Amino acid sequence: MSPRPPVATANRAGLIGCEHCGALSPLHPDPIVCPRCGATLHRRKPDSLNRTFALLVAAMILYLPANLLPVMVTTSLFRKTHDTIISGVVYFWNTGSMGLAVLIFSFSILIPMLKMGALGFLVISVRHGSARTRRQRMVLFRIVEFVGRWSMLDVFVVALMAGLVRFHSLAMVEAGPGAAAFGAVVVLTMLASFSFDSRLIWDNDEKCDER
Amino acid sequence: MSEELGACSECDALYRKRRLNRGEVARCPRCGAKLYARARLDPGQMLGLVTGALLTFIIANAYPIVIMQVQGVSNSATLSGSILTLWSEERRLMAVLVFATTQLFPLLDLVAMTALLSVAVRARRKGRRRPAWFAPLLRFLQSMRPWGMTEVFMLGVLVALVKLSNMAHVLPGVALWAFGALTILLASILAFDLRSLWDETEP
Repeated sequence: MSPRPPVATANRAGLIGCEHCGALSPLHPDPIVCPRCGATLHRRKPDSLNRTFALLVAAMILYLPANLLPVMVTTSLFRKTHDTIISGVVYFWNTGSMGLAVLIFSFSILIPMLKMGALGFLVISVRHGSARTRRQRMVLFRIVEFVGRWSMLDVFVVALMAGLVRFHSLAMVEAGPGAAAFGAVVVLTMLASFSFDSRLIWDNDEKCDER
Repeated sequence: MSEELGACSECDALYRKRRLNRGEVARCPRCGAKLYARARLDPGQMLGLVTGALLTFIIANAYPIVIMQVQGVSNSATLSGSILTLWSEERRLMAVLVFATTQLFPLLDLVAMTALLSVAVRARRKGRRRPAWFAPLLRFLQSMRPWGMTEVFMLGVLVALVKLSNMAHVLPGVALWAFGALTILLASILAFDLRSLWDETEP
């Protein structure tokens, strides 16, 4: 690739863009709030990498109980079964709903893992990544932001089953502790992706301290 | 002068704003992010859509989603009923999570949209200025928007239906159709670029 002239950015031009309404304000004399919408102005999201990383670590820790503890407890006439997320996938697979098994496997197991991996990679590559992969990393970040919410699927399924299957002596479904842990993982990874400032991907040839 | 300039919120590149046609989207040449957009519908039409979504939301929450029959005994579940069950069974965190993502945030989103779009409609007709609550409400709406998860819940309902149909006889309730309609309505409401409200209400 031939070297191109540096792109004009708000930061280079001595401007600061409001995260909420998009209005530009001059960096000096150090504006604190956006004159149009009143939001606090930051050149970059404050402490972006540290916050993202901390939330990510918390999500990874909770990912263990989310997968090891039962998400659903089913009591029928003769037995009590404890279902984890994986056994839920296996159940669909064995009862012939392969499509649903694949769907739940992707949303509940694959996507959370890939998402945490991708966010970790993005945080590290802000410092060490090559400028050539910026666009690809940006696409990766957008995918992470887009798919994150869909992992709540299992939590909703369990909530609905617990509300519906209440035939006291015949059959009862209750939510297990794993479901709450799993919901917390989804919330934490969403918070992690919101605190990641994608402008940092593009910044590494500019002198720009995070503030 | 700086009014026509903007900075990409995802990569910070500067761009010059131009007026778009209805339904057009401007993208960042450097990173491909959506910069700004002009909705296909004007604020008045959008307001109609939001009112429709509010009514659908009420139906979706007032009626049972699924009815289940086991050996002659039938049981039905509304969304609120399921949340209360979780709460009473000491699954408090989960109850709060489901309540916030499927009821509280979607409802707040629609109510806030109604208020903000009304301001835009009046600003256009009578040239009124923005009320003092406009900016804080819009900022609040922008930050809570990702936490409404109606479309994910809709898929969850379908998965639960399949799961239950293996065990017992299940009938879809009125709210199931309402949630389906709400998902479609919300898809077009959420596609509305909230930042364009600033231009629409410019005095």
